[in-house]
Amino acid sequence: MSSSQATKSKKKRQFQVVVYVKLKDGVLDPQGSTIKRALGNMGYKGIEDVRSGKVFEISLNSNNKEGTEKLMDQICKKLLANPVIEKYNFEIK
Amino acid sequence: MKFAVIIFPGSNCDYDAYRAVKDVLKEEVEFLWYQNTSLNNCDCVILPGGFSYGDYLRTGAIARFSPIMKRVVKFASEGGLVLGICNGFQILLESGLLPGAMLRNQSLRFVCKYVYIRTETTDTPFSNLCKENQVLKIPVAHSDGNYFISQEGLKKLKDNNQVIFRYCHPSGEFDPAYNPNGASDYIAGICNPDRNVLGMMPHPERASEEILGSNDGKYIFRSIVNSLREEKRI
Repeated sequence: MSSSQATKSKKKRQFQVVVYVKLKDGVLDPQGSTIKRALGNMGYKGIEDVRSGKVFEISLNSNNKEGTEKLMDQICKKLLANPVIEKYNFEIK
Repeated sequence: MKFAVIIFPGSNCDYDAYRAVKDVLKEEVEFLWYQNTSLNNCDCVILPGGFSYGDYLRTGAIARFSPIMKRVVKFASEGGLVLGICNGFQILLESGLLPGAMLRNQSLRFVCKYVYIRTETTDTPFSNLCKENQVLKIPVAHSDGNYFISQEGLKKLKDNNQVIFRYCHPSGEFDPAYNPNGASDYIAGICNPDRNVLGMMPHPERASEEILGSNDGKYIFRSIVNSLREEKRI
């Protein structure tokens, strides 16, 4: 993809990663359902579902985007998300 | 016979557990700091309740990476007895020593009260002095005790007889009004397939003396002593 990767440059650059962690579909989300009820009580119509989650913004130095992807996948699996109940995705900029 | 109580930053039931072992059981016990990498030849490890690392990220998620946990995982794999109470249970789930995960209580409230739990099996080092179906009165105090496990996982737990305690009505019947957090299948405590690791949300160390309102917690601690004496002839 990037030219720096092709030349195998050792120069690291900073990546900004945004990680989203959500409860898996089908896992009860007591916070989400409470927020949904509150929105109904506030008079907002048509709110069908609310699911809560977490966002992490991570800055990291790495040689390339592929390496960053692998690393982030590992970090998400090991720490940021609990695969028993949560799913995750991330964007790298 | 020696017990170890692990102190994580944010543990707050460490002294209760220490007292239950030392003053009620009259057995040897020592505190171990989470930075330790040795268990000092103890026979049973207690992961106490509290709010390790402020419950940041998820309950128990950071504590499981403490230096001492590597040693606890090894100790458990060698058959050592591990009792995780409340936050200790959450740490055991995060570390993968027990299956499943904790969700926020269905009520979204911190629940702190006496509950009733039914002994589902006496075939563990932690419940061998209980009677089958015996109801114990022991308090809970948590925000995240809503035990979750997949349907396949639940089937495995049941097939292997790993559910040790379930929330119930004082009579022993199951009643949603007596499930304090919405836990799947009323689960209050489970063990691993090898039966040497127990995680439970209720606090037996807070119910080990009559003056505290119940001493049913003693059944659990005495069962541990009983099984260690039998197996290791300590």
